[in-house]
Amino acid sequence: MTGLLALSLLNGLAYGLLLFLLSSGLTLIFSMMGVLNFAHASFYMLGAYLAYQISQVTGFWVGLVLAPLAVAALGALVERYGLRQVHRHGHVAELLFTFGLAFLIEEIVQLVWGRAAVEFPLPAPLREPLFMLGGIAYPVYRVFMMAVAVGCFLALLALLKRTRVGLVVQAALTHPRMVGMLGHNVPLVFMSVFAVGAGLAGLAGVIGGSALVTEPAMARELGPIVFVVVVVGGLGSIGGAFIASLAIGVLQTLAIGFDVPLGDALASLGVATSKSGNLAELWSVTLAQIAPLLPYLLLILVLIVRPRGIAGRRDL
Amino acid sequence: MQKFAIVAFAGLTALAVQAAGATEPVRLAFVDPLSGPLASSGQLGLNHYRFAADEINAKGGVLGGRKLEIVPFDSKASPQEAILILKRLADEGFHFVSQGNSSAVAAAIVDAVDKNNARDPAKTMVYLNYSAVDPALTNDKCSYWHFRFDSEVDMKTAAMTEFMARNAALKKVYLINQDYSFGRAVGEASRKMLGQKRADIEIVGDEYHPLVKIKDFAPYIAKIKASGAQAVMTGNFGADLTLLVKAAKDAGLEVDWYTYYSSLLGAVTAIGDAGVDRVYELTEWHENIDNPELSAFADAYKAQLKDDWRYMRVRTMLNMFAQALDKAGSDDPRKVAAALDNATYKSPLGDVVMQAENHQLLQPQYVTVLARGGKHDLEGTGIGRKTVAAFTAGQTELPTTCKMKRPD
Repeated sequence: MTGLLALSLLNGLAYGLLLFLLSSGLTLIFSMMGVLNFAHASFYMLGAYLAYQISQVTGFWVGLVLAPLAVAALGALVERYGLRQVHRHGHVAELLFTFGLAFLIEEIVQLVWGRAAVEFPLPAPLREPLFMLGGIAYPVYRVFMMAVAVGCFLALLALLKRTRVGLVVQAALTHPRMVGMLGHNVPLVFMSVFAVGAGLAGLAGVIGGSALVTEPAMARELGPIVFVVVVVGGLGSIGGAFIASLAIGVLQTLAIGFDVPLGDALASLGVATSKSGNLAELWSVTLAQIAPLLPYLLLILVLIVRPRGIAGRRDL
Repeated sequence: MQKFAIVAFAGLTALAVQAAGATEPVRLAFVDPLSGPLASSGQLGLNHYRFAADEINAKGGVLGGRKLEIVPFDSKASPQEAILILKRLADEGFHFVSQGNSSAVAAAIVDAVDKNNARDPAKTMVYLNYSAVDPALTNDKCSYWHFRFDSEVDMKTAAMTEFMARNAALKKVYLINQDYSFGRAVGEASRKMLGQKRADIEIVGDEYHPLVKIKDFAPYIAKIKASGAQAVMTGNFGADLTLLVKAAKDAGLEVDWYTYYSSLLGAVTAIGDAGVDRVYELTEWHENIDNPELSAFADAYKAQLKDDWRYMRVRTMLNMFAQALDKAGSDDPRKVAAALDNATYKSPLGDVVMQAENHQLLQPQYVTVLARGGKHDLEGTGIGRKTVAAFTAGQTELPTTCKMKRPD
């Protein structure tokens, strides 16, 4: 049992860290520009597909480096020639713009790479087992995935808290006009933040696409959960997003690993449920079956109880 | 975009048909997911339909020289979407509709076809089902207008558990299935029939996971391992199967797999040598069955589409459809349905029968296992299937609860 628990925690951490990689960029963009970027998960998908395309020629590792850079460049273009034009019409226009962009990217991906999943495997060394736990091999790529995510987390923290650039970014977050008056190029700051955010999503795409699956639906499926991380973590807080991602990853994985009927779960919390009657069907649903719902339950609870999330500086 | 193209295409064909008169093709609407997560399954089916129809057309077509034409529509794997398409098909004069991916969509189509035919006999539609295998469709929810050409879940499970029961060393089985009507039917049938045939086999897990939503199956693999299972039995298909076996391979999970769709869409590529002698599949045909006619047919498909032929039942179905058209002597859907009712077809693997009482096809079934060294392989892996057990068409028959309402 302890083996299963340890394995579930490790799997949860790996999944959570992938979520972090994906949502950290969105947190940056959202907190800074106030843009709810619906197309963020589309950058994740683009990262996977571009890396797939590049890896056909050069192998996985070059793709791992080039694809996120390409996605970042694309993000910069989207900000410069799309969002910045739409910005003057207000947040609703921006939101609709990214909403449309998400559909556009999905259609383009389907036109270029087809509607089926593409074969984008991890290189053999990453697929090797690293260690055994409870008779199950733990492959290298999961640790690699975690290392990249933690690395990005530390780099982002250092950039924001320890450098001059980070100072300007943080200042622009709350006092954009003042920062502009002081002679900093605020539009350039915004464009860079958007590019970095898109690039991070692209990086998550390369890793997630090859470790899991690269298909046209991957953006649509991960899109909503990214917003959960941002809201639960708190606006503008990289640390909050980090904690929220891990919590969601571990929560979902543990729910699958240790599923009990809802009724029993509530009983252990001291809530009595009846085994008969109209709700009996509901109480017999297991935790594993509702695992994909749990993050959204968390989202709703956080919005009601603590709208600023785990580490946000202001309410949503 | 594709939708507009299809509408425009359908419109053009309608015009062409009016101009062509008596040589007009017999149209069969192919309604399956052509976008979304199940698109690859739908596209695979469409390729099969077109190729099998081409074969019939090359041999002179139907009704003395008319062609079979396959017209695709994207169901998006949604029952609502399928019903909308069906309304349009009725308006555009389609009388024959076919579908296979998702029993939920199939149930919606059966219901809509029944209502349509009762309301407007002039627009009668006949539904040919190539893959939706929820037992209810030929039992409690059976319909005279629905003909199923794939063995339903209970028939498949009866054959598979019969084979499993012969393995005396098998003591612990883990069931994992998709959480919707088909997956539930597989899970329940597996549990019940294993219990009947081998009370000593313990079901150490009975899992239902959300349909095409799980990307990381590692948590499930950890659970299977912890349960001590020797074998996993699953009705999963598409990405849900590929990702499951991929995760199992990455985790080094060593169990036998009893499956129904493991030869499809990259699953063999994903599992590779780890699946040799371990992955069993129940199927109506496989590439290493020694039958020159079917092998030549499958080879021609592979040469043309650079992909393996999978669903021999599609060829059987279209040939039975062609045979019924010829027997009816017209494309009147009521006459064609009457000709399909209780029809026998001489397939290269033996006679197959469309049962009159529930419109379920009886056809031979094979249990296969992945092996190296066969004459043919799957997906260019060098790994193919070999027969380990065979069931005749008659052996797959099960009692039905269908009380069929026949037209007057």
